[in-house]
Amino acid sequence: MNFDLTSEQQAIAKLCREFAEGEIAPHAAEWDARAEFPLATIRKMGELGLLGLPFPEKYGGAGADTVSYALAVMEIGRADASVGITMAAHVSLGSQPFFQFGTEEQKQRFLVPAARGEQLWAFGLTEPQAGSDAGATRTTAILRDGRWIINGSKCFITNAGTPMTGGVTITAVTGRSSDGKAEISNIIVPQDTPGYRRSEPYKKMGWRASDTRELSFDGAEVPEENLLGRRGKGFRQFLEILDGGRISVGALSVGLAQACYDAASRYAKERYQFGHPIASFQAVQFQLVDMAVEIELARTAVLKAAWLKDQGRDFATAAAMAKLFSGEVSRRAANAAVQIHGGYGFMDEYPVSRYWRDCKINEIGEGTNEIQRMVIARQLGLTGEHGS
Amino acid sequence: MKIVVTVKHVPDTNAEKVLDPQTKRLNRSAVENVLNPFDEYAIEEALRLRDASPDTTRVTIASIAPRSGLEILRKALAMGADDAVLLSDDAIAGSDTMATAYLLALLLRHIGCDLVLSGTQSTDALNGIVPAALAELLGVPCLTFAKKLMVEGNSVEIQRETEDGYARVRAPMPALVSVTKGINEPRYPTLKGIMGAKKKEIRTLSLTDIGADPTRVGAAGSKTVVESFAAAGARAKGTVITATDPREGARRIFDFLIERKAL
Ligand SMILES: Cc1cc2nc3c(=O)[nH]c(=O)nc-3n(C[C@H](O)[C@H](O)[C@H](O)COP(=O)(O)OP(=O)(O)OC[C@H]3O[C@@H](n4cnc5c(N)ncnc54)[C@H](O)[C@@H]3O)c2cc1C
Ligand SMILES: Cc1cc2nc3c(=O)[nH]c(=O)nc-3n(C[C@H](O)[C@H](O)[C@H](O)COP(=O)(O)OP(=O)(O)OC[C@H]3O[C@@H](n4cnc5c(N)ncnc54)[C@H](O)[C@@H]3O)c2cc1C
Repeated sequence: MNFDLTSEQQAIAKLCREFAEGEIAPHAAEWDARAEFPLATIRKMGELGLLGLPFPEKYGGAGADTVSYALAVMEIGRADASVGITMAAHVSLGSQPFFQFGTEEQKQRFLVPAARGEQLWAFGLTEPQAGSDAGATRTTAILRDGRWIINGSKCFITNAGTPMTGGVTITAVTGRSSDGKAEISNIIVPQDTPGYRRSEPYKKMGWRASDTRELSFDGAEVPEENLLGRRGKGFRQFLEILDGGRISVGALSVGLAQACYDAASRYAKERYQFGHPIASFQAVQFQLVDMAVEIELARTAVLKAAWLKDQGRDFATAAAMAKLFSGEVSRRAANAAVQIHGGYGFMDEYPVSRYWRDCKINEIGEGTNEIQRMVIARQLGLTGEHGS
Repeated sequence: MKIVVTVKHVPDTNAEKVLDPQTKRLNRSAVENVLNPFDEYAIEEALRLRDASPDTTRVTIASIAPRSGLEILRKALAMGADDAVLLSDDAIAGSDTMATAYLLALLLRHIGCDLVLSGTQSTDALNGIVPAALAELLGVPCLTFAKKLMVEGNSVEIQRETEDGYARVRAPMPALVSVTKGINEPRYPTLKGIMGAKKKEIRTLSLTDIGADPTRVGAAGSKTVVESFAAAGARAKGTVITATDPREGARRIFDFLIERKAL
């Protein structure tokens, strides 16, 4: 076993930390307060290569590994969870499907601008009636005269409406099998497609500087070659994408938990009550210790899942475990950080109040805690029906 | 044109610096070492010259450091420099400013260059002497404190920062220029740069490779000796200005700042 990072992995983490501390952290509170998408900063991240980090150079990426990517998301997420999810959703959900399932031509056309950071891409799975039950897709795409005609809607879609969004890849019902089961496929829908519209951004409790929208397709038409991967395999393909996405949401949770610890430990040493810094009280120390222990374990779990993926091994269970655990750790860390700040932690002036609002989504997005547990139960062979 | 940027590896500026009471040297293994922040401006300036004429300009990074200095050279390569050389030899430990300049001069002669760019000072020893000593030993013009730099044909011109403005100074190349913080905003390394850095060459040279006289280097070859050191005294108490009229108070703060040339 070897826990050392390579010099590239270290250099990437360091660059991300420097960039996050210099260009993101100083503005995070303001972007959050104004629910402002930080376009200029995201573009800069694109120029540095952060938006195409794990893709090969020939497709406009930087050719780094998944461990580096996880480290990068941790550092960015530590400064601002909204920027972190913007990056993670673009890379793991928006761009990865092109890389994993695209034809050479689709890779050139869609992945290259995405990996170069010229465009953001979105992942459209969730619908009003298909949340945890993500296969209950109602959106339809009918092939007519070489074109897909799309009708339906999607909700809660990240990066769908920014000024630099290139489009969204969706799941849609493209037919029915003889036993009436829906045939689901992935279709690439560029932003300028007639009949495809985005709502105004949602008003959110956390991740306020990230772009989340509702999508509607009203006879939206794209050419037949916008089918991504195999017809009828769209749901399966998206589930595979979510396996990898869990590593980045886990990393995001670790970054946020680390930010909670940093703020709480600093504050505990500075705040005096009863004539002593509150960090000298064992009850406060124990909260900080528990945070530190859990963050260490969560980080290790995320990096292990990333490492397994880099080795080409099965990483799905490790990723689901890492995502579930890190999400819960981030929520507990945010809760403790506010507690240690006392009344000040309830004030917007202190970043922990933002961390507290940002952490909750880690237990909901890309599969709720309950869904993670169901996934893991199936992978552990506990459910009988699906086996493993 | 071949540009060489001289860079020093220094303890992280945020880290507490610890002096070894035995050797009276900085304990460099206790802290993370980074690229001397002043040298990042020199690298950025070199890269801008290179980017303006990429086919004819090459940027080489040169440093004298222990092997751990390879890390900072990789960062410079990740920023975009073309290649790097590291002069590393156990016998160099304890070299003073003149010994360092002597070695740098031999190193630069060995690799050859038209323009040397350096920072104005290091953040650890802060002598600010190496550039001038190096230019002298190389026998090339020395243009210091550049806040702007232009290359025209075979000459280099700078705006030299002064107390009340700047002076324009021009010299034929080869020449050495030290650059100030104000000259540019150093770029971040890019991801591609980081990944590509491992494909770029870092040559590691020893004293014999550059033909150095071993009696002129290391603690033994250095004429200066750090006799002792002591902690700096506590900072003087700040001045409290009390005024009933806010305008009067502001006026006095203004005068205070003017007096100290802060404004
Ligand atoms: C800010 C934000 C960004 C998002 N970005 C995207 C995106 O980019 N792309 C995308 O496709 N989606 C996105 N989503 C959607 C997200 O993945 C879903 O919200 C999530 O999967 C849960 O679905 P739901 O909201 O419909 O909740 P529901 O599925 O209605 O769940 C409600 C509750 O019931 C529980 N539950 C449901 N089924 C079961 C069961 N079988 N057993 C036990 N408990 C169960 C859930 O765990 C949950 O606690 C985003 C959501 C948010 C809030
Ligand atoms: C605590 C302490 C006290 C010291 N006291 C003395 C002393 O009193 N007298 C003395 O002569 N020496 C002293 N030294 C040793 C001295 O710091 C080193 O020899 C050093 O290289 C001298 O330059 P500087 O760091 O001051 O560099 P500066 O002259 O401040 O550096 C200016 C520029 O020179 C270049 N440069 C400097 N060093 C290197 C390098 N190693 N490789 C490549 N480029 C470089 C860089 O471009 C840098 O920006 C001391 C060191 C320490 C740690």
